[in-house]
Parts: sequence; structure tokens; C-alpha cells
Amino acid sequence: MENLIALLVAAPLVGAALLLCGGKRLDRTGHLIGSLFAVASFAIGVALFADLLGRGAEDRTLHQYLFSWIQVGGFRADAAFQLDQLSMTFVLLITGVGSLIHIYSIGYMEHDERRRRFFGYLNLFLAAMLLLVLADNYLLLYVGWEGVGLASYLLIGFWQHKPSAATAAKKAFLVNRVGDMGLSIAIMLMFTTFGTFAFGPVLAATGETSEGKLTAIGLMLLLAACGKSAQVPLQSWLGDAMEGPTPVSALIHAATMVTAGVYLITRSGAIFNAAPDAQVAVVAVGAVTLLFGAIVGCAKDDIKKALAGSTMSQIGYMILAAGLGPIGYAFAIMHLVTHGFFKAGLFLGAGSVMHGMNDEVDMRRYGGLRTYMPVTFITFGLGYLAIIGFPGLSGFFSKDKIIEAAFAKGGTEGWILGGAALLGAAITAFYMTRVMLMTFFGEKRWDPDTTHPHESPKVMTIPMIVLAVGSVFAGGLFSVNETFVKWLEPVTSFEHGHSPVSATTVTAATMVVLVLGVGLAWAMYGRRPVPATAPRGSLLTRAARRDLLQDDFNHVVLVRGGEHLTRTLVYLDHSLVDGAVNGTAASMGGLSGRLRKLQSGFVRSYAVQMLGGAAVLIAATLLMRGV
Amino acid sequence: MSSVASVHSLWTVAAEVPGRIPAPHIEYAQLSPTLIVLGAAVIGILVETVLPRSSRYYAQLALSVVALAAAFAAVIGLAAGGFGSSKARIAAMGAIAVDGPALFLQGTILLVSLVAVFTFAERRLDPAAHGKKVDSFAAQAAAVPGGAAEQAAVKAGFTTTEVFPIALFAIGGMLIFPSANDLLMLFVALEVFSLPLYILCALARRQRLLSQEAAVKYFLLGAFSSAFLLFGIALLYGYAGTVTYAGIAEVVSDGAKQIDPALAGTMGNDALLLIGAALVLMGLLFKVGAVPFHMWTPDVYQGAPTPVTGFMAAATKVAAFGALLRLLYVVLPGMRWDWRPVMWGVAIVTMLGGAIVAITQTDIKRLLAYSSIAHAGFILAGVIATSEDGISSVLFYLGAYSFVTLGAFAVVTLVRDAGGEATHLSKWAGLGRRSPLVAAVFAVFLLAFAGIPLTSGFAGKFAVFKAAAQSGAGWLVVIGVISSAIAAFFYIRVIVLMFFSEPKADGPTVAVPSPLTTTAIAIGVAVTLVLGLAPQYFLDLAGQAGVFIR
Repeated sequence: MENLIALLVAAPLVGAALLLCGGKRLDRTGHLIGSLFAVASFAIGVALFADLLGRGAEDRTLHQYLFSWIQVGGFRADAAFQLDQLSMTFVLLITGVGSLIHIYSIGYMEHDERRRRFFGYLNLFLAAMLLLVLADNYLLLYVGWEGVGLASYLLIGFWQHKPSAATAAKKAFLVNRVGDMGLSIAIMLMFTTFGTFAFGPVLAATGETSEGKLTAIGLMLLLAACGKSAQVPLQSWLGDAMEGPTPVSALIHAATMVTAGVYLITRSGAIFNAAPDAQVAVVAVGAVTLLFGAIVGCAKDDIKKALAGSTMSQIGYMILAAGLGPIGYAFAIMHLVTHGFFKAGLFLGAGSVMHGMNDEVDMRRYGGLRTYMPVTFITFGLGYLAIIGFPGLSGFFSKDKIIEAAFAKGGTEGWILGGAALLGAAITAFYMTRVMLMTFFGEKRWDPDTTHPHESPKVMTIPMIVLAVGSVFAGGLFSVNETFVKWLEPVTSFEHGHSPVSATTVTAATMVVLVLGVGLAWAMYGRRPVPATAPRGSLLTRAARRDLLQDDFNHVVLVRGGEHLTRTLVYLDHSLVDGAVNGTAASMGGLSGRLRKLQSGFVRSYAVQMLGGAAVLIAATLLMRGV
Repeated sequence: MSSVASVHSLWTVAAEVPGRIPAPHIEYAQLSPTLIVLGAAVIGILVETVLPRSSRYYAQLALSVVALAAAFAAVIGLAAGGFGSSKARIAAMGAIAVDGPALFLQGTILLVSLVAVFTFAERRLDPAAHGKKVDSFAAQAAAVPGGAAEQAAVKAGFTTTEVFPIALFAIGGMLIFPSANDLLMLFVALEVFSLPLYILCALARRQRLLSQEAAVKYFLLGAFSSAFLLFGIALLYGYAGTVTYAGIAEVVSDGAKQIDPALAGTMGNDALLLIGAALVLMGLLFKVGAVPFHMWTPDVYQGAPTPVTGFMAAATKVAAFGALLRLLYVVLPGMRWDWRPVMWGVAIVTMLGGAIVAITQTDIKRLLAYSSIAHAGFILAGVIATSEDGISSVLFYLGAYSFVTLGAFAVVTLVRDAGGEATHLSKWAGLGRRSPLVAAVFAVFLLAFAGIPLTSGFAGKFAVFKAAAQSGAGWLVVIGVISSAIAAFFYIRVIVLMFFSEPKADGPTVAVPSPLTTTAIAIGVAVTLVLGLAPQYFLDLAGQAGVFIR
């Protein structure tokens, strides 16, 4: 069976190659080909999953060796794959949700003349992400990591005729490069520390390595994760990435890209377990981001940007959980999967709304759409209930466990993290209710003459329905008998946390904040009519609309600072470096001109110089002997 | 056998049978390369007296080519017969060594000379005078420049076909120089190849005054340095009581065993050794053109007929470095702690001096002269290594460098305007646009001089610097690399000038040469590229030839 692993990556890769190199003759069938390869990859994933289930829990790690990629001296990198429970989970999520998004895109991109190319990029995205989660060493993972960066760049900037899209793509790419640098430094550190970067030897050797080195590697891995997963301080690209077509947002936010950071930290669990300082940094980043994203989500009127803030916040939960160590890894991944269902559903729902509303994204121009788009309303509504953690739905199970684990961290730290997670849950309930109310309830704020809201075609609604089903049942299914935790335990290990507050208390508290959040939103947006133009708002609201001034911060600190640094360097280059070079050249020229005068053309002076030379030669020889 | 013993036996034999001197034992076969060349030179003189003017050119050319080819074949035969390795021996009553380095250097000299003779024989570059083809040499060397006799000679279509036998004499001397095994033979060989070179320098057809001035300068300074050399030989004889290399080496390392009564006051006196060694070294450093004994180089290179310049720059350097190697490795290894620091100094000032002064040169021949000084410095770095790698790297460098030099000077003969060769650099501007092939070939040679990879220059420089670094002179290598960087500037400058400057309206034209010069240039390019792309075979060859016989 292990020989099938490469096919998982190969299928979408072949699809991408076909579609991108095939030219115009594939224009009419390109979307079908692309979807076919995505579904094929999913089918292989399911087959492998069935195979894994048939094995014992300790026997579920498969390896496939392809070829020796680079071998120079002691440096050895193989192209080899590793499939275990963790990668399997990702494979099913990526290919499953990815396939649904492919199918949805058939309808969504129907009128785009570059649809074939779009599907080629989608396939490339899947292939890169699969390579990332299937690699058996950090270097090959890095290849997938960069491939994801490339594919996201191509897709965010897909509508390149819009300057904003081109800028957003560049921004995403550049911010991601900062994170990528972290990963490459981490890999180099690994090589100098362990002499290899294959998962097996590296993760097994953490016990014999100094904590300082592991902390350094851990922090660099965290930097990498921050870039791909849009965590503070590298979060700024995520909101702008909404410039891409909506299916792309769904793909980036649910199945690929932002989950890569969580995967990296979970995969490198052994390193973080042995480096508590790095773990503190991870949970701090997670806690800050989950609040940051949630606050931003409250103030956005653009439906996609509100959802983007939500993604940032939810990934913050996952990073927080991953930073908790063995008590949290499994829940981080579980939340990742359930989030994959409901966030994909929400984005596809948002896309469906836009599809029926002439690509309008401002929620202040929506309102009362539930009767016009019943399927979208129901599926979006189920996703909404799931994300706020309505009892019995997916999000309830996974988020509740994370909050519980945060308290279980213990001590003051536990209280702070648990409090932040609870607060985040309240804000989540608030902003998601706000989105729901502004879009589907209240009076119509759109112009009936120009806008004719309608339900989307079946090719779009069916994926939404499938995802809604997942949003409802996945969490519950995973939690029966702790199935999911047990499935992952051989890879991530698992410990029950010892929470200072009982599980029941946590659940109760979560319910209370949930009701508070929903109630506040109802009071603000349900009871009162929503103004069609945004009010000025409080200082916090205005800051949150500007993404809590992230771009202003980056501009002042990084751009200005960078410009100053560049100017200084250019100045130094001109004056010092060029000065030294030109000065050397000039002084050589001057020296040359002066020495040249010795060459007078007179034999007599030549002879004198020779005599002098002979005298020096003799003197030097005698001096050496000390005679 | 040592000279002392032979002299002793001479004395006893003479005492027993007065009036009879036994003929010395000469290994004609082992000396055949030199004998063939010198014999051909004598025949060449006869040709000048016997044959009519009209047929002399062809006869001399054929004679020279055949003689050089035969001598080269003889060298190959000796090497194949094992004389380069297992059967290496001292011949001619201790005067000549036949060993690996000697054969390698003789082979190199003969090949270079063969190619140089092609450029000597070129008769298509200058426009025909009075319907007679002319070469680079004066119609009648003895005629006063610009005088009536000269005009008459030109009108009569005289040519100086004596250059061929003269060159053969020089080549014969050069063949002996690196294989000389006693100091007297060294001196004789030096004079045998120097005197013909002085004459060759004076033979330019155009700018005859400049040419004659160069020859006189070369002669005066050469004589001056010969005097130092001879004085040094005398001092060394006073120190060791012998002039053979092996004999001196023995005294240097073990001290004098038998004190010659006539030399009782001087033998074993280290001051004589040190001063004598310094003076002998000076004589050789003059020939290789090392700073501060380099002053003649630019003037002579500029004034001499360009084919002669190429010949001198290539072949003389090979012969002189060969002699220097043998002196340092066979005679003076016992005192290398004395001469190595001094030679380090010489190498450094030579590398830096040549490279720096070359920056401001405006004449291509002078530029190449300073470049040859800088290269002498690089080769010295390898010479000083005192290891087998040092010998083989120097042998390789000499082979590589001599063909580049010869080729470069051959290209210089092609670029001409109304006044003959256009050697001023400003006239080379834009040459690459007008004659891309010639400019490209010259660029290859310049890149090889600069030591750019994939040319022989890189392989050679790498080899000598590696040998120097392994012998513990790392800082010498650093200075060498810095000098290379400085030198690269003026080589690249010429390339930039040729390819990236606008051609001048009254710029020079590139003459179409006969197959002779074309062959010479083609061989230069081929050797440059082959030694650059696949140097290992030739490095191995030089490595096998890297042991001196004592």
C-alpha cells in the first residue's frame, strides 16, 4: 500500500502540469480534469485510510522511499514520504475539502475565461500541500512549504487585472518569505545540531540535545508557522488575501496554507516538548492572535474579511492548543479538522451570497436574504452554529476541549490562557452572530432594481451541503470514546490535563459566554435596524476596521525603518565600499604612474638600479644567515 | 663522477703519458636534441654563403622546421627511452644533466620555437616592397637606418634570412641552459643564447632606431648581469673548490672534505657561498625578468620585432626558469633557509611591481612586457615551494604560459595601420566590432593571462599557488592573488576596449596572415583551451618529470 503515497501527490501534480501546459485545447474540459485529479487523490487517500485502519495502532506508519535527492559528503536528503495518523488526517482534509472546493469552483468560476488556469493552480496548491504533510524530512517539507507559498501567490493574485489583487498577492508572498526564512534557519540549525533533518532521527534525538539549541530551533519553527498560519506578528497578509476568488479563500482558510503552521508545530512536538521556553512563545502567539482576529472580525463590514478575522482567531486556538504540549496536540488537530468543515462551508456560503448579489461583499448592503437563498442560509447557519460552539455541533466539542486544556496548563499561565480562550469564545459568538444577522435577517438594504438575489446552482450548493453535514456531525463523531485522540496518540502522544476547574464548569462557562456574545449581537444588530453606511464607531472599532493598525505598524516600523536602513546602506556603499574600491584603484593608478617614472629609458639608470638590487639581494642573503 | 676526480685522473694520465690527452667521453645520443639544433644552425650559416638570395628563405625555413622537429623527436625518443626517469644521468663529463625536468623543458622550448619560427617566416602582413615579399626583419641589418644603403637594400629586395640560423643558435643555447650541470656550462649556455637574441632584437624592419636602441640596451644590461653572474661563479668556486652542481651541493650540506691547498683561505667560507649564490641568482633573475632586474624588459619587448618579442618572452623564460629551478633544487637545497626568504621578497615585489606598473601602460607590447614580469613573480612563487609539486607546477605553468604569450604577440603582429603594427592601445578601441574573430582570440589569451578558469592560465596559477601554500607560504599566495586581481584589471580593460568602445574612424586594419601565423595562433588557442579544460594529463606529465638528477 505504501507505494500509493506518491500517487497522492502525483495526481494533483499531473493535473496541474496538464492544465498549465495543455494550452487552449483544454479550455472546455479543464475544470473537469482538475476536479477529477483532486477527487482521484481523495480516493487514494480513502484507500490508504482504510489500509491504516486495518493495521494495529503502532503499525500505522508507512514509508515510501523514492530516490536519493541530494548527497554531498555528510549531507543527505532523500525524496521520501511518511504516512502516519497525523499526515493521514491532513491528507483526508486536504483532498476531501479540496475536492469539494474544486467542484464548487466549476459553478463559481463558470464565466471566467481563465478557468482552466485557475483549476491548474488549485491542483498545484493541493499537490504542494500534500507534499508538505507527506514529506518524511524537513527539507522536502520545505519544498512543499514553498510550493504552497507559490500557489497561494498565484491564486490570490488570480484576478491580476485588479491592482489590489496583485498587491495582495505580493503582500502575502513577502510576509510569507519572512516566515520561510525562519523555517530555512530552523532546518540549518537542525542539520548542524543533529546532522540530519529526517523526522525520525531528529525527533528521536531531542532528549540528548541542549535546551538552548532546541529553543532556538523551536522559535524559528514558530516564526515559520506564524507566516503560513497568519499569526501575530505575521498576520497582515490574511485579510488582503480575500482579493482572490472566494473558493481560494475557502481553500486557504480551511484545507491548506494556514493549517500548515499547526501541522509544523504538531509534527515537531518532540522539539517543543523539550523546549518549554519555545512553548511559552507558542501559546503567547496563539492567545494574542485568537483575540486579535476576533476583535478584527467584529468590526469588518466586508463578509469575507469578517470571516478572515475569524480564521485568524480560530487558528490562534489551534496554535494555543499545540503550544500546550501533549495535552493539546490532539485537540489542535481536531479543531483544525472541524474548522476545516465549517470554515469551508462558511466561505462557500459567502461566495454563494456574493454570487447571487452581483459580487457585493459589504454586509451593510445585504439583509433579509434567508428567503431568497434558503440552501445557502441553512448551510451557512449550520456552519455558524458550529463555529460559535453550539452544543452538539462540531465546534462545541473541539473548542471546548481547547479551553479545558488551556486551563489545565496550570498556574497563573493556565488562568490567563483559559481566560483568553473563554473571552475569544464570547467574541466569536458576537461577531459570527453579527455576520448572520446582517446577511440573512433584518430588512433588505439592497436595491431591488439592480440586484436580484437568487440561489446558486446545484454544483455549488451540493458541496456546501456536504460541508454542513461535516460541520454538524464531525465533532461529535470524533469525541465518542475519544476516538480522534486515540487515533492520533501514537504520533502526538496524549496526556489528560489536570484542570483546576472541572470539565463541567468549563462547559457551563463556555455556554454562558456564548449566550452573552449572541445576546449582545442581537441587541446591537437584531433589534435595531442596521445602518446602510457604517457609523463612525468607537476608537477601538475604528482601529479594528483598520485591522488594529497592523499595516500602520508595519509601515512605520518595518517599511520606514527598512527605507532608512536601505538609505544608510546605500550611502555607506557609495561612500565606504565604493570609496574604498575606487580609492584603492586610484591609489594603484597613482602608484603605477609614479613607479613608471623609474622606467626612464636610460641604460645608465637601469644599471644603477640593477646594482642597487644586487646589493639588496646580497645584503638580504647575508642578513638571513646573520653573518 | 665528480669533476675533482676527473681532473685528478687527467693529471695522473697526463703525467704518465706526456703529450697525449684522452678524448672526453661524450654521450652523443643523449645530447642529440642540442646537437641537431646547433648543427642545423651551422648548416644555416653555410646556406647563407652558398645558396642564391632567392632560394635562401625557403631553404632556411625548411631547415629550421626540420631541425626543430627532429630535435623534438629526439627529446620524445629520450623520454620514451626512460632518460626522463629511471635512466636519468649526467652526461658530457659532468657538464650536462639528462633528466626529467631537462627533457620536459627542452621539449617545451623546441615546440615553442617551432611555432615562433612560423611567425618569423610570415611574409604577408607587410605590403610588398618593390614587388618583393617582406617579413618583419630589416632588409640589411648593417645599413644605417634611413640611409642610402638601406634604400638600396630595400629596392634590391634583400631580406635578412640569417634570422633563422641566429634563432637556431639561441635555441641551442636555451636547450643547454636548463640542463647545464656545472656553473661554467651554465655561463656558456647563457652567452650562447643571449648573444643571438641581442642581434635578433636589432633587426626590426620598421622603427629601426627603436629596435637598435632596444638591442643595445639589452646587450649592455645583459653583459652587466653576466658580469655579476660570472663573479658569483668565481666566489662559489672559491667556496667549494669545484664548479659542478653536485660538488657544490656536497660542500654546502656536508662542509668541505678535502681542502684544495690553493684555495685553503676561502674554501668553506660561508660569506663566499652567500654572496656568490646571491650573485648567481641575480644573473638568472635578470633573464627571467624579475624585479628589480626587470628594467630591460619593457624597452626590449617594445623595440624588438614582434615575432622576436614573442619568441623571447616565451622560450627565454622557459630556459631561464629551468636553470633557476636546477640551481635552487640541486646546488642550493642545503641553504634554502637562506635563499627562501630572499626569494619570497623578490617574488612579492615582482608580482606586485609588474601588475601595478602595467595599469598605466598605453602600448600593448609594453603592457604584455609588464604582464610577463608579473607572471615571472607567479612562477617564482612556485619555484620557491622547494617540493616536487613546486617543480611540476612550474613546469606546467611554463608550458601553458609560453604558448599564450606566443599567441598573444602573434595577434599583435596582425593589427596594423600605415605605420606598421598599431601597438598603441587607443587604436585597439572597437576592434571587436571590426574583427570579431581576432579580438575574440586575443580575449582568450588575455583571459588566460588573467587566470580565468577554463583557460590554461587558471590551471597553471592554481598549481603554483597550491604548491606555494603547501610549502607554508600562505601569505605569499594571498599577495599573489591580490596581484592577480590587480593584473586582471588591465587585461579586462583591453577586452572592454576592444568590445565595448566605438571603433575609431582611422583605426587600424587587421591584416590577413599567411597560414604560418594562422597556425601559430591556432596552436596557441588550442593549447590554452586544452590545458584549461583538461589540465590533469599535463599536470601528471609534469609531475612525472619532476625529479632532478644530482
